[in-house]
Amino acid sequence: MTELPTNTAKKMGLVIDLDTCVGCHACVISCKGWNTENYGAPLSDQDAYGADPSGTFLNRVHSFEVQPAATPSQPDPAAQLIHFPKSCLHCEDAPCVTVCPTGASYKRIEDGIVLVNEDNCIGCGLCAWSCPYGARELDLAEGVMKKCTLCVDRIYNDNLPEVDRVPSCVRSCPAGARHFGDLGDPNSEVSKLVADRGGMDLMPEMGTKPVNKYLPPRPKDQLEEQIDVLAPLLAPVTETPGGFLGWLDKALDRLPGQTSDQSSGGQA
Amino acid sequence: MHPAPSVILFTTLSGLGFGLLTFLGLGYPGVTGWVAFVFYAIAYALAVGGLLASTFHLGRPERALKAFSQWKTSWLSREGLCAVAALMVMGLFALGAIFLQQDWRLLGILGAALSLATVFTTSMIYTQLKTIPRWNMALTPVMFLSVSLAGGALLAGKESWAIWLLLLAGAVQLAYWGKGDGAFAASGTTMKTATGLGGNLGAKQSGATVRAFEPPHTGSNYLLREFVYVVGRKHAFKLRAIALTLGFALPILFLALPMENLLIKHLMAGFAVLSHMIGVAVSRWLFFAQAEHVVGLYYGKR
Ligand code: SF4
Ligand code: SF4
Ligand code: SF4
Repeated sequence: MTELPTNTAKKMGLVIDLDTCVGCHACVISCKGWNTENYGAPLSDQDAYGADPSGTFLNRVHSFEVQPAATPSQPDPAAQLIHFPKSCLHCEDAPCVTVCPTGASYKRIEDGIVLVNEDNCIGCGLCAWSCPYGARELDLAEGVMKKCTLCVDRIYNDNLPEVDRVPSCVRSCPAGARHFGDLGDPNSEVSKLVADRGGMDLMPEMGTKPVNKYLPPRPKDQLEEQIDVLAPLLAPVTETPGGFLGWLDKALDRLPGQTSDQSSGGQA
Repeated sequence: MHPAPSVILFTTLSGLGFGLLTFLGLGYPGVTGWVAFVFYAIAYALAVGGLLASTFHLGRPERALKAFSQWKTSWLSREGLCAVAALMVMGLFALGAIFLQQDWRLLGILGAALSLATVFTTSMIYTQLKTIPRWNMALTPVMFLSVSLAGGALLAGKESWAIWLLLLAGAVQLAYWGKGDGAFAASGTTMKTATGLGGNLGAKQSGATVRAFEPPHTGSNYLLREFVYVVGRKHAFKLRAIALTLGFALPILFLALPMENLLIKHLMAGFAVLSHMIGVAVSRWLFFAQAEHVVGLYYGKR
């Protein structure tokens, strides 16, 4: 049913740390790998080895450049590169659910996960139109809507070792930038993290009330008067070699054949 | 938004068809027999043809019947139900008019109301989307309804009304464009609200600028193809002029010219209808092509 539950017992979701994400795309690949083999239709690719490849992904990593404004203490602040993973935010007020004409899209009362029942989906695409975050993609091979399932087939899966009962993207992140838990419980680890770090909503003005939160990156350009203790040791002793090395250098230059000048030129 | 031909065809044709059904239901023209048959055939061809075209963009058209189930929340579902109800009631009304020379007034009024409701529910599918500020305006349903009524009056041969309704629809169209051009900015959604970056790097750095540095992939994807359509937007001004001229100005001219000869008069009315249809189709193309989805912000595009 496409009526949203007024309240869900739990609010399972992700907390994504923009400060530690290194933009390695491991979560993208592991998400695609897990979800193409498990819940629902596989995530297809089109023209995968051709000139114009594209495919269905449930999680993608964008990169943004933030140029902080100059301040008296930081007249020339360095720009920061922020990697920005984005998957479904499992919104409390999910517009993608209410627009669905077939009831294929729904939000679970027990944990708030937003899912698509692919057997009922007609592939009209309206839910993807209504999602501000680009979290839904219509699979071109299957003609049905795909979205992040919060790895619902992992997190309650007794066949997996306990350590693996978290979303695939969380499990694979080498930087610990993705955290999974109940954001409806103020005492959960993820809720505490959000409170500590000032976790934020994306596009709050859309009124979707996302469950997933993003932890803002910390300003990085703060190391003033940096002292590099290694610098004196690493400075080159001499630019032009003298003594034995100098003689060797000249002797080698006199030999017929390639000289060091040419080797750095375009003769390769 | 990607201006899919199926959706443009659907909103143009079915808007016109249901507009005509509205007038027929109200008894303008109050035709019976063969003449009625021709009128209803045109109306149904347009309305049903449009609805069929709309199923072409479904990923799974064979499951289309399921779309009638979620009328409690979904405008798309409501539209489906309204359309079927309107077509059934007007079908019954048409049978009475064609074969029994009957004018079942109540049924006609109900059918007219349902026909208008169909156009309204169609427009609400677009209007409800906060993600597309240019559609998320009260003027969107006003535009769909006024265009549908003008086209309906034109097809129904209610020329005196058609002129006024065309004038009205043209004015609404202009207002829609005017307001729509500022809608994205007015929505307050920016790359900063989309990413939370810039303003949130600590209060000291609130003047920061954010820029999309790298997209998530080198190729295209469903989101970019569907939502970030920029081709041809630069011709928007010319296309608007064409839409306004063909859709509203020319038809008014064709209708307003004093004609003695009945044949020429009919010919002129035919031209008016044709010109109107092309103009509305161009306007609908712009409706989609110019609509910017907020998800484009994540890609540094609009
Ligand atoms: S992020 Fe998009 S798809 Fe996910 S619940 Fe929110 S609106 Fe729906
Ligand atoms: S694409 Fe499928 S899930 Fe999305 S609104 Fe249409 S029927 Fe519902
Ligand atoms: S929770 Fe699962 S489906 Fe969602 S982004 Fe992570 S790996 Fe993909």
